[in-house]
Amino acid sequence: MTAVITRPEALLYDGVEWDYDKIKRVYDAIEHIALKEMGLDVYPNQIEVITAEQMLDAYSSIGMPLMYKHWSFGKHFARDEMMYRKGYRGLAYEIVINSSPCISYIMEENTMTMQTLVIAHAAFGHNHFFKNNQLFQQWTDAQGILDYLEFAKTYIAHCEERYGHAAVERVLDAAHALMSQGVHKYPKKRSDLRTEQRRERERQEYQDQTFNDLWRTVPKTAAGPRPAKSVSERKKLLGLPEENILYFLEKKAPRLEHWQRELLRIVRHISQYFYPQKQTKVMNEGCATYVHYQIMSRLHETGQISEGAFLEFLHSHTSVVFQPEFDDKRFSGLNPYALGFAMMQDIARIAEKPTDEDRQWFPDLAGRGDGMAAVREAWANFRDESFVLQYLSPHLMRKLKLFSVRDDAEDPYLLVDHIHNERGYRDIRKKLARQYDLGYLEPDIQIVDVDLAGDRKLILQHRVTNGVLLDESDAKAVLRHIANLWGYEVQLIEVSAISEAILKEHAVTAPSGIGVG
Amino acid sequence: MNIIDRRLNPQGKSLANRQRFLRRAKEQVVKAVRDASGKRGIQDIENGEKVTIAAGGVREPSFHRASQGGVRDYVVPGNKEYVEGDTIQRPDGGGGGRGSEGSADGEGEDEFRFVLSRDEFLDIFLEDLELPDLVKQKVKQSESHTLTRAGYSVSGSPANLNLVRTMRNSLSRRIALKRPKRDEIRELEEMLREAEEAGEDATQIQALREQLEHIVLRSRRIPFIDPIDVRYNRFESVPKPIAQAVMFCLMDVSGSMTEHMKDLAKRFFMLLYLFLRRRYRSVDIVFIRHTHEAKEVDEETFFYSTETGGTVVSTALEEMQKVVQERYPDSEWNIYAAQASDGDNMSSDNAKSATLLRDVILPMCQYFAYIEVAAEHNMGLSALGRETELWRTYKQVQSPERPLAMRRVRSRREIFPVFRELFAREKAGA
Repeated sequence: MTAVITRPEALLYDGVEWDYDKIKRVYDAIEHIALKEMGLDVYPNQIEVITAEQMLDAYSSIGMPLMYKHWSFGKHFARDEMMYRKGYRGLAYEIVINSSPCISYIMEENTMTMQTLVIAHAAFGHNHFFKNNQLFQQWTDAQGILDYLEFAKTYIAHCEERYGHAAVERVLDAAHALMSQGVHKYPKKRSDLRTEQRRERERQEYQDQTFNDLWRTVPKTAAGPRPAKSVSERKKLLGLPEENILYFLEKKAPRLEHWQRELLRIVRHISQYFYPQKQTKVMNEGCATYVHYQIMSRLHETGQISEGAFLEFLHSHTSVVFQPEFDDKRFSGLNPYALGFAMMQDIARIAEKPTDEDRQWFPDLAGRGDGMAAVREAWANFRDESFVLQYLSPHLMRKLKLFSVRDDAEDPYLLVDHIHNERGYRDIRKKLARQYDLGYLEPDIQIVDVDLAGDRKLILQHRVTNGVLLDESDAKAVLRHIANLWGYEVQLIEVSAISEAILKEHAVTAPSGIGVG
Repeated sequence: MNIIDRRLNPQGKSLANRQRFLRRAKEQVVKAVRDASGKRGIQDIENGEKVTIAAGGVREPSFHRASQGGVRDYVVPGNKEYVEGDTIQRPDGGGGGRGSEGSADGEGEDEFRFVLSRDEFLDIFLEDLELPDLVKQKVKQSESHTLTRAGYSVSGSPANLNLVRTMRNSLSRRIALKRPKRDEIRELEEMLREAEEAGEDATQIQALREQLEHIVLRSRRIPFIDPIDVRYNRFESVPKPIAQAVMFCLMDVSGSMTEHMKDLAKRFFMLLYLFLRRRYRSVDIVFIRHTHEAKEVDEETFFYSTETGGTVVSTALEEMQKVVQERYPDSEWNIYAAQASDGDNMSSDNAKSATLLRDVILPMCQYFAYIEVAAEHNMGLSALGRETELWRTYKQVQSPERPLAMRRVRSRREIFPVFRELFAREKAGA
């Protein structure tokens, strides 16, 4: 032990109570380590102290500080509150928002060590990831999100006043059901949320200006159907096939009012905003956990936090990265914190102290030195799927004792098809990567056809992989929502991705009178 | 870095969402509350209630894969003994617990559980109950008045001066009459002074001077504020509906009343109290117990001290009449009464009680509920259908136009149903 550690005046704080001075001191020390030693690059930070109730509140409105009103948030709040009060579940120590300034919520009942941990974890770990990961750079608009949510909230409140709670709720319910089907997976251009409000107004104004009552008096075209366009022409005109169902309904649904389209648009934007987070759970948490671990260790090394504080930190750190084994009662899938943290450590290890095996598997990475830089590169350029595919090493697979199981409903047994040995490494890695691929995890559902000139039936297609169909009752309920928005009959066909054979059909008839004001 | 303390921000941000949720799940919540209320004691009403509702109405569906069927691959940690090609017994419940299919959102649950606060519980519980004659109909005789804003008037006390109106009138009058502005006067004075200093010719100075005099005079003639501008807030006094109630609890405490019977009575009284509290701003309670003589007592004595003696109901009614005359004039108070008894009464007193009830008590009451409590396991005479003395007496008095309701209660379970029955909102009438 060096003398530095025992010098009490070097401690940033002592004891468990926190106050603003201590937080400020700790923040400065952490900032020094994060920026100068680890080379992190972060948005300006804003730390907000909140109560447990406010934390619950933030939980239930998908972690955002401003959210429009909807019953489903009330439902989640009621459930979370009960779980919390009964002690079934603790609360997260922090919530962090991908915005600029980056807002981190810390709870008042945390100890000073927890506050230190949270600042390191959220205000630097997550913050760095938000700012530097290419997915976030490409997809989200950290500067504009809070203003946009404010706009969304007022807009929806205004709609409720004007059109009634029930009408707004009906549209929002439908939009929420389609949230996962409301993202563009291939960006046209980066959306700028700050201009959204202005554009909404402009659309409205344009409509008002170009309104001409005379159109109403123009005689309808003579009876008899217009010559049917060819199917391909029709699809091209409507931009089909389209996998963003919300977008299609917003633009093309024939019976929606202006405000209803705007509501769909709001839900779609929010869904799009969260799309990168869904794809980077392992990396994001891995990054934050790795950062807080490095920072806390460094604070301890330099004698800025006491032994007791460091032990407290280690206690909560180990429970965060705890990975129960598959036959454990507590097992509920791979813990993203555990996997992420282990992979980050592994990358740094490979870069700095590689084994022969590592040199063979990662010729570019092994032994290049400067593990921190290697990790930063990974954070910037990957998402969970590609990250696992690129960096999961045999060493780690052995450490976690990973094995893959095939569950074929037609067999009476589950089959262990690969284990952590020479023959299995690559397959396990590929399968694990696919476990994080949203494109693979979420069912592939597209709108394939609609005959606007004919009966206007909307036809969706689910391309079934591995013979796993949709959950029937939920699918039916979502189709009902789609029909409410579309206004006419809706059909969903499940076809095999391999043979194109039709496996199942669901249909929902046209609703009676919605949307027409 | 900014650090902001949000702890003092307004609480209850989630309230609006909660209301939306309760509204959404209304049918199921109401049903759950009804079921729950049958089971619980009254004291528990103070607490909220954990209710469980079917998830159907508040389900949030989404497109997702079914949990069964097809081919799935999982990568899991913690291999101990398996080698390639081993087979594992399929665990119960299909794919549950493994892989990514375990739903974190509670979707697919059949039930949804949460806690209602006490107020929410009571609101729903008492929702379709209505007090008969909620507000005194005799408002016109009522002494109390309240002042309500009623436009503006040209006369009034200075305290009621409406400044905005007054100044607006003043401004429009000044504009209409072209009262010279202060700036104009100042400008002219300036010009005059400059002209004098510059020694300009006398006629011009004279003209300026006259012009100035003219507008000064004019501004004096047209006052800044004229009495005709002045407006006062006008108040009108309107009779105030009576928003206070007094509840009389009458109970027989003679030896024949067992603890069980008293407990039933107490539960009923408490329910009535809770109910009144939600309808009136202030509710007073008067406890009158009686044996062969009646006395007004405090709550503790009312429920827990024992007394011996015969049973003369009319004494309690007389006592109630006395208290009303002394403290709760029926022109100012909504009077509710609930009487609990095992049905005993001295035969000689029946006629007197009936007269008193019919001629004195009922006319001043909004509602008079008579609860006859019986021993839980008493399958004796009253259970066989023989009516008690008091029941028969009151039955003679009962008629459609009199606010008298009578019910028998034997066990705790019946308290809620009986209470609901008494106050259920009339479907056809209202």
